[in-house]
Amino acid sequence: MALSKLDNLYRQVILDHSSHPHHHGVLDESTNEIEMNNPTCGDVIQLQLHIEDGVIKDMRFDGSGCSISTASASMMTDAVIGKTEQEALVLIEQFSELVQGNETGDLDDLGDAAMLSGVAKFPARIKCATLGWKALEQGILEKQDTTVSKQLHREDKGE
Amino acid sequence: MQTLDHWRQDFPILKQQVNDEPLVYLDNAATTQKPQQVLDVIEAYYQQDNANVHRGVHTLAERATKSYETAREKVQQFIQAKSTKEILFTRGTTTSLNWVAKSYGDLAVEKGDEIVISYAEHHSNIVPWQQLAKRKGAKLVYIELTDDGYLDLEDAKAKITDQTKIVSLAHVSNVLGGINPIKTLTELAHQHGAVMVVDGAQSTPHMPVNVTELDVDFYAFSGHKMCGPTGIGVLYGKQALLEKMEPVEFGGEMIDFVYPQESTWSELPWKFEAGTPNIAGGIGLGAAIDYLTAIGMDTIHQYEQELVAYVLPKLEAIEGVTIYGPKDPKDHTGVIAFNIEGLHPHDVATALDMEGVAVRAGHHCAQPLLQYLKVPATARASFYFYNTKEDADRLVDAILATKEFFQNGLI
Ligand SMILES: Cc1ncc(COP(=O)(O)O)c(C=O)c1O
Repeated sequence: MALSKLDNLYRQVILDHSSHPHHHGVLDESTNEIEMNNPTCGDVIQLQLHIEDGVIKDMRFDGSGCSISTASASMMTDAVIGKTEQEALVLIEQFSELVQGNETGDLDDLGDAAMLSGVAKFPARIKCATLGWKALEQGILEKQDTTVSKQLHREDKGE
Repeated sequence: MQTLDHWRQDFPILKQQVNDEPLVYLDNAATTQKPQQVLDVIEAYYQQDNANVHRGVHTLAERATKSYETAREKVQQFIQAKSTKEILFTRGTTTSLNWVAKSYGDLAVEKGDEIVISYAEHHSNIVPWQQLAKRKGAKLVYIELTDDGYLDLEDAKAKITDQTKIVSLAHVSNVLGGINPIKTLTELAHQHGAVMVVDGAQSTPHMPVNVTELDVDFYAFSGHKMCGPTGIGVLYGKQALLEKMEPVEFGGEMIDFVYPQESTWSELPWKFEAGTPNIAGGIGLGAAIDYLTAIGMDTIHQYEQELVAYVLPKLEAIEGVTIYGPKDPKDHTGVIAFNIEGLHPHDVATALDMEGVAVRAGHHCAQPLLQYLKVPATARASFYFYNTKEDADRLVDAILATKEFFQNGLI
């Protein structure tokens, strides 16, 4: 039966994450929030980050998405909480390569998210898998941007 | 049940395996497949007649022009317009609706006027009106739907008033699949002095359409949803209105005389068709119309209704499956949006694809409708005359297998 191929995509771990996502909901206190959607299908994710001294202390996600995007966001939270922004950016890049079927070396740091490598065989679903990660990337970059511009601003004033 | 099986043989693309299963193509609301006859006509045009239209004196230019204008006549007869002056070739439904909103909208709509649409519209029948409303300070008003998925006619009577300048509605919804009573709605619009615009993207391919009898003012549809190529569509408009309207685009083909500071327009329908048109597209659409006419639009409509009457109860009988739109197969075209409890439609569509069954998942370019229905997304199977009872059975079996996989699979 052709559905047996689905096993490559929907591993049990993935279904566990999608039915019981980790860090799902909202944070009491967040340093920044990102909402991102996938216009081709209408999936939406709201991501709340608590970043302190360049470290992702905590995060939550909410929204509506398929099992791949939900599981992927859940796995992402496990992988990046406690990491620095720079470490997280590296993981985001690594994950993006992984789901596009490219060699990415050591996958240990991705944790369960490494299980999503099967997505590469389902090109229509790559965007589902990367939605949460893109939101995180935007959150980190925006924050760095504002910090940089704030710093510049201060330097401006100092002159 | 009659069978149209022999027509199916004309579609080479349907004879393939997808994911090791024979393809069951059920995404016809997005675009339909093309029969060999249409592909042949397009190829022959490029191999034998290709030239620019309305410009040359040479033989090929003559032939190309004749084929292109003959296609316009075919469209005219197909939707029973009074004259080819009323048939404008466009890029598709989206362009057609944008032209009406821009050209007629600029002419007729003023601050404080109302434009009436419904909650069951495609984005292409929403966004151009939003933009017009913004430009003019007009108000966009939505007709509600009934709980069982019909346009609420009582609400239509309440919303269409003397304030209304334009009513624009789909003939058939691309999500709910219901057929709107366009004739009644047109009378209503006319009683209040409004024009009636119809989005015929999902009706024209599937049922006989007579714009004169419906008395609509504008009617839009796309070639690619009716066995024709992409990039070609039609805007029908009543001649008296088109005469008053300004072109939306300017350039070659659409002019009569060009002076340094001033120009005059060509006559209808060319006044609206600036630049080199999609000649092969028009000719391909003409071939598609010949093809559909040979089968018979009545036959197609009746056959699809039988197919829906066959599959709808089977889908409804599956535990956990919700169907959107009218429940009575008589009122439901071959567009069937559904969800399986506990499963996201993307996951459903991927699983069905593994079974060789192509359906769409998502918001179907109708976000206000899905917000209205309070569902983030649905799966959608949409049938055409080349689909069979076996295709319907394959869909049902694939849904059962999908449920099984996600509930108990992964052994
Ligand atoms: C009801 C309806 N209106 C408009 C459109 C837009 O058609 P097109 O993309 O061919 O312009 C579609 C098709 O997607 C449709 O289903």
